[in-house]
Amino acid sequence: MSVGEGLYRTMRLIRRFEERAIELVHAGEIIGGIHPYIGQEAIAAGVCAALRDDDVITSTHRGHGHVLAKGADPVRMLAELTGRSTGLNGGRGGSMHAADFGKGIYGANGIVGAGGAIATGAAWAAVKEGSDRVAVSFFGDGAVNQGVLLETFNLAALWRLPVLFVCENNGYATTLTVAQAVAGSITARAEAFGIPAVSVDGADAAAVLNAARDAVARGRAGGGPSFIEATAYRFDAHHTWEHKARVRYRADEEVAAGRSRDPLDIQGVRLDADTRAGIDADVEALLAEAVAFALDSPRPDPAGALDHLYATGLRGRDGVGLLDTAVR
Amino acid sequence: MARLSYLKALQRALADEMARDSSVCVLGEDIGVGVNNVTTGLLAKHGPLRVVDTPLSEQAFTSFATGAALAGQRPVIEFQIPSLLFLVFEQIANQAHKFSLMTGGQAKVPVTYFVPGSGSRSGWAGQHSDHPYGLFAHVGVKTVVPATPEDAYGLFLTAIRDDDPVVLFAPAGSLGVRGDVDLAALGPVPLGVGRVHREGTDVTVVAVGHLVQAALAVAEQLADQISVEVFDPRTLYPFDWDGLAASVAKTGRLVVIDDSNRMCGIAGEILATAAEQMRLTVPPKRVTRPDGAVLPFARELDLAVQPQQDQLLTAVQEVYKSSR
Repeated sequence: MSVGEGLYRTMRLIRRFEERAIELVHAGEIIGGIHPYIGQEAIAAGVCAALRDDDVITSTHRGHGHVLAKGADPVRMLAELTGRSTGLNGGRGGSMHAADFGKGIYGANGIVGAGGAIATGAAWAAVKEGSDRVAVSFFGDGAVNQGVLLETFNLAALWRLPVLFVCENNGYATTLTVAQAVAGSITARAEAFGIPAVSVDGADAAAVLNAARDAVARGRAGGGPSFIEATAYRFDAHHTWEHKARVRYRADEEVAAGRSRDPLDIQGVRLDADTRAGIDADVEALLAEAVAFALDSPRPDPAGALDHLYATGLRGRDGVGLLDTAVR
Repeated sequence: MARLSYLKALQRALADEMARDSSVCVLGEDIGVGVNNVTTGLLAKHGPLRVVDTPLSEQAFTSFATGAALAGQRPVIEFQIPSLLFLVFEQIANQAHKFSLMTGGQAKVPVTYFVPGSGSRSGWAGQHSDHPYGLFAHVGVKTVVPATPEDAYGLFLTAIRDDDPVVLFAPAGSLGVRGDVDLAALGPVPLGVGRVHREGTDVTVVAVGHLVQAALAVAEQLADQISVEVFDPRTLYPFDWDGLAASVAKTGRLVVIDDSNRMCGIAGEILATAAEQMRLTVPPKRVTRPDGAVLPFARELDLAVQPQQDQLLTAVQEVYKSSR
């Protein structure tokens, strides 16, 4: 498969994964809802196409795209979202914490901006070991106002660490616009620390890949951190909760204009029609398998609710203090 | 036997672990110079990739350590003052601590957070004098408060080797404690195992950290009237409930002394567990800081808020008398 086909396939997988997941949310099979990545697929696909299996990523609450693009098995990913014991995390993480450490995926994260320092620490560990691994931290425009992330830019630049910061600017932190939230510019935050920063069209996977290749090469060569601002439009809700709540913060015209630049079409027209149709069919088959596997998989045993709480296997006391039982 | 101070024991433990295991590294503020005398000499010996002097960016370097730990390192972070732990509570309680469960056991985060000089240092006032160990025990982060030089050595070693995050409080009131120690016999001390420093049959006193010394002094003062057993839990989470139950089974009476705030404090948990599950013959007592205390500056005010030896003595006498 060519690079261009690979980019398209990853995006198509993410798009259809999200659409199937939204159906499962509405059917009550995924509890808690999801933060759909639809519209931003080119960013995860483009960046992860520049990475190796042993490179590390940290992701966000809107993390499915990153996790899939970095190579997690979509079948076990969907099983995780449906809370099955066959899921990537054994049903312990769900949408907001899906992780696959075997693929360098240090997890989606429920706290905005929290992954930056974790990725930077992983990048430092690579340097300490003498490896040329890099780490990537994905975050949204909301995260650029988190103090810990700004502290992290300083550490990464100061110690010239092989970390790539990818800001997905979809225009909104939940409902707050970038104009309402961000003083100065997003790239200027990175530049203030001496981190090379570029803005790219986050609807164009090839453009994202080019920027990511430069950044990753710089990191591997000891050139320190890089920053990419990738602008994109979030086609769907901040969270599927909005499908019922009907919160109004984007004009219909704006949404229509945003959706008119579909990253799948931008990359799709670069392929011949048969190739594209073939990839689409493969993705459909894979997701049909994923949905069937997830729904057929066993639910976790409640007796193991606190399994893995400690890496050492420590068990605390039960929540109900029973009289006349041995002290535990 | 050699004379070893608590502070030297911490220094020795860290130096020994760094020499033994190249994945152990230490991060913190002013640790290259070693302003707290725990990291002294380590930079010259191990270099800046293992001894990382950090900018004043506690939140970033705490999660940075999490990332390094997830990638196979075994970081130790020195916090100069206990209240910095409030600043990084998100990074420890909500990130590092939760990775193992949330990832279904894929990840481990072996980071040790230590505070050389927790609690009051006399004159450091409101924002430098807290003892927030109960917060970490509450959220389930392994929490260690050694009271003696050999335990400081052994528990620091164990904390560093543990595959989960561990917070170690070294109370300011303990740093100068000295003991006669067989250096060759120093070794790891397991988490969750308390220690009876003095055996007794009338009243069990549970003392946390530097207050172990106060409890031993009270036991000595009362020796001809009341036989006091001094139980040092050493780790607050996991807590040695079996050890405490064995002591209370003997005495039937319990007093806890704990240099942290009363409301929702560790002393309250100890009393509650004893009341639920142990054979107490009289109502227990606790000696703590007041509810919601903020340590005031002036010496008289600072001391007025910390639990004192004479308060413990009175509490032990009252618990003893109330059963006669």
